[in-house]
Amino acid sequence: MALLTLSSPHIKGPQKTANMMRWVIVMALPGLLMQTVFFGWGNLHNVLWCGIVAIVCEAAILKLRKRPVAFYLNDYSALVTAILIGLALPPFAPWWVSLIATAFAIIFAKHLYGGMGYNPFNPAMVGYALVLVSFPVAMTTNWAIPSPLLNQPPGILETLSIIWGQTPLPDGYTGATPLDTYKHEIAHSTAATVLASPIFGSGFSLGWEWVNAGFLLGGLVLLGLKVIPWQTPAGVLAGIAIPAFIFGWNADQYTPIMVHLLSGATMLGAFFIATDPVSSSTTKLGRLVYGTGIGVLTYIIRTHGSYPDAIAFAVLLMNFAAPLIDIYTQPRSYGYVNAKRGAKPKDK
Amino acid sequence: MNSALSPTATRKRKLYEFSGGIHPQEMKSVSNQRAIVTAPMPPKLILPLQQHIGSPGKALVEPGQHVLKGQKIAEAQGRISASLHAPTSGTIKGLQDFPVAHPSGMSDLCIELIPDGKDQWCDLTACEHYEHLSPSEIQAKVREAGIAGMGGAGFPTEVKLHPPHNDKVATLILNAAECEPYITADDRLIRERAHEVVGGMEIMAYVLQPGECVIGIEDNKPEAIAALQDAVKNTRIEVVVIPSKYPSGGEKQLVKILTDKEVPSGKIPADIGVMCQNVGTAAAVYRAVRFGEPLISRITTLTGDCVEQKGNVEVLLGTPVDWLLAQYGYHPDRSRRVIAGGPMMGFTLDSTQVPIVKTSNCILAPSETELPLASHTQACIRCSQCADACPAELLPQQLYWFARAQEYDKAEHHNLFDCIECGICSYVCPSSIPLVQYYRHAKGQIKQQRLGQQKSDQARIRFESRQRRLEQEKEQKAAKRKARAEAAAKAQAKKKASETQAQADTGENT
Amino acid sequence: MSVITTAILALLALAVSFGAILGFAAVRFKVEGNPIVDQIDSLLPQTQCGQCGHPGCRPYAQAIADGEDINKCPPGGEATIQALADLLDVEPQPLDAEHGEEKPKQVAVIREEECIGCTKCIQACPIDAILGSAKHMHTVIESECTGCDLCVEPCPVDCIDMLPLAQGIQSWHWSVPRKHIIASDKTHSPEVSAS
Repeated sequence: MALLTLSSPHIKGPQKTANMMRWVIVMALPGLLMQTVFFGWGNLHNVLWCGIVAIVCEAAILKLRKRPVAFYLNDYSALVTAILIGLALPPFAPWWVSLIATAFAIIFAKHLYGGMGYNPFNPAMVGYALVLVSFPVAMTTNWAIPSPLLNQPPGILETLSIIWGQTPLPDGYTGATPLDTYKHEIAHSTAATVLASPIFGSGFSLGWEWVNAGFLLGGLVLLGLKVIPWQTPAGVLAGIAIPAFIFGWNADQYTPIMVHLLSGATMLGAFFIATDPVSSSTTKLGRLVYGTGIGVLTYIIRTHGSYPDAIAFAVLLMNFAAPLIDIYTQPRSYGYVNAKRGAKPKDK
Repeated sequence: MNSALSPTATRKRKLYEFSGGIHPQEMKSVSNQRAIVTAPMPPKLILPLQQHIGSPGKALVEPGQHVLKGQKIAEAQGRISASLHAPTSGTIKGLQDFPVAHPSGMSDLCIELIPDGKDQWCDLTACEHYEHLSPSEIQAKVREAGIAGMGGAGFPTEVKLHPPHNDKVATLILNAAECEPYITADDRLIRERAHEVVGGMEIMAYVLQPGECVIGIEDNKPEAIAALQDAVKNTRIEVVVIPSKYPSGGEKQLVKILTDKEVPSGKIPADIGVMCQNVGTAAAVYRAVRFGEPLISRITTLTGDCVEQKGNVEVLLGTPVDWLLAQYGYHPDRSRRVIAGGPMMGFTLDSTQVPIVKTSNCILAPSETELPLASHTQACIRCSQCADACPAELLPQQLYWFARAQEYDKAEHHNLFDCIECGICSYVCPSSIPLVQYYRHAKGQIKQQRLGQQKSDQARIRFESRQRRLEQEKEQKAAKRKARAEAAAKAQAKKKASETQAQADTGENT
Repeated sequence: MSVITTAILALLALAVSFGAILGFAAVRFKVEGNPIVDQIDSLLPQTQCGQCGHPGCRPYAQAIADGEDINKCPPGGEATIQALADLLDVEPQPLDAEHGEEKPKQVAVIREEECIGCTKCIQACPIDAILGSAKHMHTVIESECTGCDLCVEPCPVDCIDMLPLAQGIQSWHWSVPRKHIIASDKTHSPEVSAS
């Protein structure tokens, strides 16, 4: 047998991309469980439906691109995108909204740029932002009221028939989210009154705080497994918490810090969405800057923009900035006194 | 320095850390359990003239000439070069191109020596007390012995024993880390010949007069540590045990661990007052000075599942690898790769018919189940595990994108040439991307471009001088023609003037 | 009216001041020659072979600065076209086949037994890379020869060969790894990259 000529190294470590993606999927399950407990079966259905759509779309586009389907499906990246979209969408979002979001994310935001590893923007957030902007009514009026507040939360069949358009959505099932409520009520009320509203429960946001706790737990496990770096989530949380802390003293004008941190998609965004490695910054310092940027933008859009939750837009805006951040946050390499910041070498 | 201070005293040296690094499976116990065996005499020896960094040696022998063991057969050429000696007595068969141990599989000029079986030494000059020699005499002996760095790099040792700019050497370090998996040559050498290693270090310390002498050794070699600690009693050498991490044995990383100094980019450790040598080199220096023996053999680890009798052998330089492996139960039908060196930084051999050289520290013949071949490459997901593990604190993911896009100026700006090609980035990459190959290719392309640029600049200078020369010749010709024309015109005018004068004279006379 | 007058006066003042600054800059920072021509020339391979249609690399560089196509240099090949495209910010084009093909690096070698010492090749070589004199043997200085091919024609006994430049073990380097894309799901062979 002829001897092979290969470049060193000749051994390989245990890390594999598919394993990293699988851990992300598994660690999103606690948050999904909390969503099901508090907001009904909608999120679970969306996750499964988006998963099916994602796999079908990816297989179809791979065939069109003349690539081997099983090899590329086995890296689980399409499933991760689908799950993130399913988790982010409102529980009662119609089936065609999730279809469009997922199909657009997989085909346009991922494969038309070259597939996994080549997309400059987070595909899940591109899909979400597309449907948020295109179908504002469907995306804002389909948030569920937490199950503890309902006499009879909808069962699984009822939820399915609502999502698939067979039954009209009863008013009693949907309501504004805590972030939405606080933002609009505080203009003409005091903090105490607003926080007394049942949507906030005895904690900071009924239901939402458990969901965020679930995603926080999953995220911490991912950190421990070194699947995600710590700089990005730390930056996102700091970027939200610090302005919220500074301004939130005046709870009569600004949403308090704990509502910011435990409501909406904060933990999902910090640990699962912002940490998408392909579209985020790649240097250590860069990730801190990137995460902080996302956090600060989220706070600004939540407080001063017209959308109650802003993770998607903040992530997309920072995706634009990621390559520039990379150029300016190169680490100091061994044997150099200073890090080389900037694109052009100084003597040219 | 208080030489009576035992190195195991309470003062423990502070160790520093370098960034990154990995902990691969060591696989050392398969080959370090048995003592070093001496390999038998092969039927032929192939000795490349270049087994070191720098200029190749110049052959001193003719085909048909008989040589003795230890006789010099090639002379060092230029400052950075090493000489070559006959590993045994025999006849020179010829001087021609043979395949050598190189990733390209190409050939290089080699001397072929057929042993006569007598193994007869030439005359050697022993020296019982090196302190009676001057440092320059010892440097000359090391140069005469043809010693080059035996850890794998092959830098001529005598050049290293002359610190540049005659600077003081603050720290002399002996590299006993041997951090790469599978390789155990230095481990066994220390266990069995610690006094030679320490003796060599003392000789080097005598020449360099360093501020301190340190031997850095990883903690996975307890017997070797004990042997060293025993051998350094009553010397000022300090044995420092460092945590096992790949690549602690890299020169730059070891310097950082032991002294917290970083070798500046583009410079060598001597520029910051540090000198590193391999333990094998130190033992060779000892033998050269104490017994006058030139470098003619080395300790090589033979390991991997395709080799039945794994272990360390003392093998003559020039021994063909295929013959050597056959002596120790090699199964060629199971082996798809034969690696010269370790699994992280070694290179594959195109054919096993290449010779052992001064830098062959290991021959690794793994089976496919032992070291599976790399799976298909996937796309880079920019997870930065490579950057987290890189000991040179580079950004391998960026270097990969630039190398692929052939944007070599950006790659250079991201410190491509500081990459030590340790292989950690490829090892950790979850997408199995052959990163190190990209960097090697990029470095090669950049060097080729620089050479091409130099050549074309030279050609332009020659062209412009030629143009100037032709211009000058043209001008000279034109000037000559002009001068001739002027001279002719003057002559004409003179002639006319004399004619008119003559006419006027004759006119007057009539 | 006064508003219009004020506007006209303001614009006039701006125009005069900027004109003055530009005029000053044109004199103070004047650069001799056209630096772009030097930059283009430094990217050309300097074989001085004339295959581009110009008598040497510098005239071609001058022509490129005046707008000529950048794809006429076969010894430079793809790499030079790409570098010129980057410098001048134009689209790289494939090598113009009219002017020749990209060949691997060559050097001229004189078959010394047949040389008659006529010096015709010495006069033809644009960079003086041939050593010799009248009625004495000529030889090509291998390290200086750029492979431009101009010496072959003038030789009356046709004793000059163009041979490929030998790539030694010192100049070898790793090739780029094979591309990512695998052909089908059934491909199981590992990545094998030969040198």
